Amino acid sequence: MSVAVAPRVSEAREQRARRPAPGHRRGPSLWMASPALVLFGVFAVVPLLGVVVLSFMSWDGLGDPVWNGAGNWGRTLADPVTQNAMKLTIVVTVVSWLFQTPVALLLGVFMSGRQRYRAVLSVLYFLPLLFSAAAVAIAYRALLDPNFGLGSALGVPWLSQDWIGDPDLALWVVLFVIGWCFVPFHSLLYQGGVRQIPASMYEAALLDGAGRVQQFLHITLPQLKYTIITSSTLMIVGSLTYFDLIFVLTNGGPGNATRILPLDMYLTGFRSYDMGKASVIAVILVVVGLTVSLLLNRLSGANKMESQMEGL
Amino acid sequence: MTLRIGRRAGAVVAAVSVAAVLAACGGGKQPGGPAAGGDGFSAWALTGGTEDVFKAQFDAWNAGHPDDEIAVEWFANDAYKEKIRTAVGAGNSPTLIYGWSGGTLADYVANDAVVDLGDAAAELDERLIPSVAANGEVDGKTYAVPNTHTQPVVLYYNKEVLDDAGVEVPTTYDELLDVVGTLKDQGTIPIALAGQSVWPELMWIQYLTDRIGGPEVFQAVLDGKEGAWSDPAIVEATTKIQELVDAGAFGDSYGSVNADQNADTALVHTGKAAFVLQGSWVYPNFVEAAPDLVESGGLGYTTFPAVEGGAGDPANIVGNPSNFWSASADASPEAQEAAKEFISTEVLSDDVVDDLLEIGAVPPITGLEDKIAEQAESDHPSFVYGLVRDAPHFQLSWDQALPPEQSQALLNNLSQLFLGQIDPQQFSDAMDATL
Repeated sequence: MSVAVAPRVSEAREQRARRPAPGHRRGPSLWMASPALVLFGVFAVVPLLGVVVLSFMSWDGLGDPVWNGAGNWGRTLADPVTQNAMKLTIVVTVVSWLFQTPVALLLGVFMSGRQRYRAVLSVLYFLPLLFSAAAVAIAYRALLDPNFGLGSALGVPWLSQDWIGDPDLALWVVLFVIGWCFVPFHSLLYQGGVRQIPASMYEAALLDGAGRVQQFLHITLPQLKYTIITSSTLMIVGSLTYFDLIFVLTNGGPGNATRILPLDMYLTGFRSYDMGKASVIAVILVVVGLTVSLLLNRLSGANKMESQMEGL
Repeated sequence: MTLRIGRRAGAVVAAVSVAAVLAACGGGKQPGGPAAGGDGFSAWALTGGTEDVFKAQFDAWNAGHPDDEIAVEWFANDAYKEKIRTAVGAGNSPTLIYGWSGGTLADYVANDAVVDLGDAAAELDERLIPSVAANGEVDGKTYAVPNTHTQPVVLYYNKEVLDDAGVEVPTTYDELLDVVGTLKDQGTIPIALAGQSVWPELMWIQYLTDRIGGPEVFQAVLDGKEGAWSDPAIVEATTKIQELVDAGAFGDSYGSVNADQNADTALVHTGKAAFVLQGSWVYPNFVEAAPDLVESGGLGYTTFPAVEGGAGDPANIVGNPSNFWSASADASPEAQEAAKEFISTEVLSDDVVDDLLEIGAVPPITGLEDKIAEQAESDHPSFVYGLVRDAPHFQLSWDQALPPEQSQALLNNLSQLFLGQIDPQQFSDAMDATL
């Protein structure tokens, strides 16, 4: 036994020799991470475990939780409302990404330039980021009111549609408003990303006779690879857990047309007081969210991100 | 396979995770102060509406009991509803629990969270309108007493719009359908409905079911009788709802109308719509937003139309009989005693009744006709008072009467029924599944 192990031990020793000894690790002591870890443990890990336990129990907020085995899981997965919520969540995630990414990318590139009035316009684009989601939702609810909203104020009948009352329209309206809220943030990321690209690259491209579009496609886009990954991860994981704006704007309605999974979880938990089922949805959200962000990290190679500036 | 886990352990796990969820949502602001769960006498009350009347009661109590002052915290309606249940479940509720009776009160009683008020409520009970007082009773014992005004659902209308259209106030469903047709042809929205809020849609199914089948139909639902939602009266009511929707009774954009911002009453007082079926709590909003219309008598109010051949008494009403106080079983014995004394001396006392009448609100107390007639504005309160006094049955709003899970399923299915996404049969089937 010990013979078989021996080579590995020596291997490990060799490795250790190459690295600094543990006691003399460079960088601050691990203890400095403890406040953050304690907070994370108390406010994230412990409640998470509580939710996992609750997902196997029946509890209506009063009295004692009662053990219910896998009953909640079967019930939740078979519920058409929750199934619909899952579908909607996927639609929201995908469409949000498809809508926000190009808009934010182009705006970000524009904002990083040196055009006239660029600063003024950038400030305007940036404004939605400063408003709270609840305020945005209430404002849009008033603006989109078919009887007293924008349509009647401006006298444009086309604007007086049943925007958030028509099941076929409501989801698209919600997606637009979410985009309106978050495009500024992602534009900011892209603006920063573009500013990092060395001007010498564009100068070289210009000498080689590349036009504006070619410069964008062959220099700007590839150089923004990691910014795109970061922004997409935030967007996708954010969409999976998006809640407040939809809650205030439509409350999941009309019918179930905008009842995405996080909203379904909240309404099940704090309106129907079906904590068991709400916990099942919460666990699903956590698992899916973690999986997606890990997958994105893995697939995009973000875990081995490296400088693209070598030789400059 | 059910297995009861220890009370303490279970409650701790549950409370911790709920608290953490709330905290994570940013809604976990814990109010400080001497409040809930302590040994002292405490109450949570709601802002808006009759807030000042409650403040006066608490002040009167504090003046008389300097050693036993009440610690009051104020909440907005929706925030309160979500908070109180968690607090009661965790044994942290205030001594006085503000409520709507119905399914939630029954839940509290089933979990021994509230105490039998017994003699403390006896004197008040005698003065109350019986159909309202009945809502505070569970299994023949009084667990909650009305603490504010009564709020039936009334059909409000704009007289100017009706006169311009040359139509009369409908007294039957068929007349209503005719009026709807005439108004629609003239380009007016016949009935304003806040479909986005969903709960105003409840008023339609409540009244139609009552007019067609009487209060017994919904009582069967409350009793959990199998197939109670498939009762012919409910199927007829839901069929009539879709008939109204298809006839354009609610216009083509009611789904975007929100009651929280009073967009439905605004449609009526601006003359864009003729009728709105709403709780009497919207009246102050009419007075505030359209004083000219109200003063000139342009705002009418009437009972919900009868349905020909229906079994229900057309004098029956639906709505909020009142709001209620219950006393927490988790409070200390001293605090419980204080709560009982507060209920017997302060709640709907003569002073409170006067305060309520002064702001146009109608307390659910018998024999107030003369007092109401003396008020500066007596038409609306007299109408509401007569409505409540003469109603053989005052049906608590279904979403409050049912347990939370069923009431959410009801709102969900009803919203789909109005949108035409499900037909009456599918509605009944889906609701039967919740029984």
